Amino acid sequence: MEAREVVPLETNEKIAEFRPGDTVKVSVWIREGDRRRLQSFQGVVIRRRAGGPSASFTVRRVASGIGVERSFLVYSPNVESVEVVRRGIVRRAKLYYLRGLSGRAARIKERTQTGKR
Amino acid sequence: MLSGLIGRKIGMTHLFGAESQVVPITVLEVGPCVVTQVRTAARDKYDAVQIGFGRAKALNQPARGHLKASGAQVKHLREFQADEGSEFHVGQTLSVTQFQEGDLVDVTSTTKGRGFQGVMKRHGFAGGKRSHGQKDRDRAPGSIGAGTYPGRVVKGKRMPGHMGNRRVTARKLRVEKVDGERNLLMVRGAVPGARSTLITVSYTRGVPLAERVSPEELAAAVAAEEPQVEETATAEADAPAVAETPAEEPAAEAEEPAADETPAEEPAADEKPAGDEEKA
Repeated sequence: MEAREVVPLETNEKIAEFRPGDTVKVSVWIREGDRRRLQSFQGVVIRRRAGGPSASFTVRRVASGIGVERSFLVYSPNVESVEVVRRGIVRRAKLYYLRGLSGRAARIKERTQTGKR
Repeated sequence: MLSGLIGRKIGMTHLFGAESQVVPITVLEVGPCVVTQVRTAARDKYDAVQIGFGRAKALNQPARGHLKASGAQVKHLREFQADEGSEFHVGQTLSVTQFQEGDLVDVTSTTKGRGFQGVMKRHGFAGGKRSHGQKDRDRAPGSIGAGTYPGRVVKGKRMPGHMGNRRVTARKLRVEKVDGERNLLMVRGAVPGARSTLITVSYTRGVPLAERVSPEELAAAVAAEEPQVEETATAEADAPAVAETPAEEPAAEAEEPAADETPAEEPAADEKPAGDEEKA
């Protein structure tokens, strides 16, 4: 028996199916003192990691010329929703190479065809 | 109730807490434990209950004789103190459900063996300088004492040697979750030892137990809480919108604590008499 298989997980239906290379908009709950509000973070998914309750994904965006990456826990109640903005064609699971690229070189082709998985 | 039970370590993972925070936990398989012997002051000069855990593939003749009365084919035996007034008989089965969320427990087991280790890993020494003309001193312990006087190395001087594979107790770990069906105990934080190591879980001495709640009451409390949780969720979702008009804000906030208090108090009042029954 593995410890991570033991924890009951609740699937958040507001998390759309997405893959590395997709551009997503993540809404997260942020605590400010005693108030909570939603914040969104939009960017390219550069990695997905399995692992029961520790399953996570990392989203990268370039904000005012600076690359910003944020990781989210898939099963965290703080992640309100994940919306797919654009689907991308990529040929690997971890897109770390994007870190070394900028501008036109960092573009990802859009995946429009639905039949091909 | 016994002061503790035995089981094995399954591994670490985490849960999400009430405030969505990550709660690191160690999953332990605890019990079912079978009472294999009851020791009494009259016969053994002390009172204790011996319990067994784990399925033994084969038993040798003396072990077979010892376990005959309980009919248990267990691998590990440990003794624990019994509560005053509680009765145990050989063959009785004990389950994790004697623990409850909020209890503080000590978990004892054998740490991972690390073999013969140097002073940096074993005692956290700094090692030598890596430059300034140094050679072969990277992980050396340095001086281990003075010269002709005292002419010996003081006792207890920390030196290289065997590390790990010793009995260690992790104290005051909070019970985060109990799963009676799968005999699982989830305890906050880390527990010594490798996965599948034998562990003993006992109540931390001098710390009162969490208030006892019967399973029926727990179910009732959960049912009572659920609609309330939804209410607060919608209230919170509205909060950002309300924030723009500050005049309405205090009113919205005043409602929330009121909604929290009433359902919380009701189950608390119900719990007390039931807790007494269990002790009796």
